[in-house]
Amino acid sequence: MSSSGSGGERAGGSGSERAGGSESAADRESTADREYVDEWSVRRIVRTMIPLLAALSVLQLVSGSVLETYQEVLVSNPALLVLVPVQIGTAGNLASITCSRLTTQLYLGTYELDPSNPDLRANAGAVFALAGTVFGIVGVAAWVIGVALGGTLGLGRVLLVSLVSGMLLAVLVVVTSVAAVEVSYRMGFNPDDTTIPVVTNVCDIAGVLILFAVVSVVV
Amino acid sequence: MPGHDTARDVYRQALPVILVSLVAGLFSGTILGSETMRAGISEVPGLLLLLPAFLATRGGVYGSLGARLSTGLHQGLIEPRFRLDRRLTNAILASFINGMTVSVFIAVITFLWLRLFGNPGNLLELVGIMVVAGLLSAVLMISVLIAVIFVGYRRGLDPDNVIGPVVTTLGDVFGILFLLVGIYVVGAVL
Repeated sequence: MSSSGSGGERAGGSGSERAGGSESAADRESTADREYVDEWSVRRIVRTMIPLLAALSVLQLVSGSVLETYQEVLVSNPALLVLVPVQIGTAGNLASITCSRLTTQLYLGTYELDPSNPDLRANAGAVFALAGTVFGIVGVAAWVIGVALGGTLGLGRVLLVSLVSGMLLAVLVVVTSVAAVEVSYRMGFNPDDTTIPVVTNVCDIAGVLILFAVVSVVV
Repeated sequence: MPGHDTARDVYRQALPVILVSLVAGLFSGTILGSETMRAGISEVPGLLLLLPAFLATRGGVYGSLGARLSTGLHQGLIEPRFRLDRRLTNAILASFINGMTVSVFIAVITFLWLRLFGNPGNLLELVGIMVVAGLLSAVLMISVLIAVIFVGYRRGLDPDNVIGPVVTTLGDVFGILFLLVGIYVVGAVL
C-alpha cells in the first residue's frame, strides 16, 4: 500500500545520477562511483527515510484512533475485524491503479478534466466495477469467517457494510486521484512522484474512516 | 495502446492482482479476528491504535528496499548474487535500522497518544511487542525480498513489477501474524 512512499526520493536520486553522466568519461567514472557509494550509504538511506516514515506513522495514528474507538464493536464482531485489512489494502490498490493510469494519460496527452473524456470515464468505470466485485466477495467471505470465529452478525449486515463502504471508497479513490493529478500538474510537480504516495495514504486512512462511518449507521 | 483501454480492459487486467491481494487481506483479517488476537486487543491498550501505522511502515521500509535493489540491478550497481557486496549490505542494514527505529517510534507515539487522552498504557509492553514484531518482520521481509528479486531477475522478471504485490501481501499477512507472536512473547515475559 505505502510501498511507493519513498518512490519520489528514489526517482529523484537516479535522475541526478543520470544528469551527471554528460561529463568526460574519466570524470564520469570517478564522480559517478562516488555518488553511487554515497547514494547507497547506510546513513544517507536512514536519514532520508526516517523522517518520512515517522510522519507516516503519526498520520496513521488517525485511523488507529478510529479503530481504538470502535474496539468493543470490533472485538465482539470478528467479521468487522476481517474487513479492516481488506478495506485498507483494496483502497491502496485501487488508488495506485487509478493514479498510474491517470499520470500515463497525462503524458500521452489523452487526459482532460472533463466528465465526457472517454479515458477518464473508463478509469472511473473500472474502479467502480472492481470495487463492486471485490467488496461483494469480501462481504460474503468476511461473514463466513466471522461466523467461523464465533461472530453473530448476519450476512445482510456484513454485506451491506462491505458494499456501501466499498463503493464510497471507490468514489473517494476516483475523486482524490483526479484532484492529486490536477494539483501536482498545476503546481509543476511530477505526478508520478507525488500522486501515488499521497493518494494511497489518504485512501488508507479514509478507508478506515468510511468503514466505521458505515458501521456506526448499520451495526 | 496504454491509456486508451476501455473500462472492461482495465477491469480484466486489474482483477487478478486485486483478487490476490484480497485473499491476502482476508487471511490477515482472519488472524486479526482470531480469538487469541481479540483477547490480545482487549488486554493490551493501544494495539488497535498502532496497527495501521505498523502495517503502513512495513510497506514503506521494505517497499523502498525492493525499489532500491531493483534500481541497483537495472543500473548494474549490484549483482543478482548472494554474496557480501557493500552496496547490498548497506541497503539491507539501512532497511533493518529503519524498520526497528520506526517500530520503536510507533510504540512510543502510541503510548504518548494513549496518555494524552488519559487512557492507561504500558510503554514497556508496547515497545516489547513492536520490537519482537519488527524484528521478525525484518528478517522475513529482507530474506524473501532478496530471494524473490534476485531469482526473479536472473529468470528475466522485472523486479519493479513484482515488489509491490510481494511487499503488500507478505507485509500485511506476516505483520499481523508477528504482532500476535509479539503479544504472546511479551505476555510470557512480562
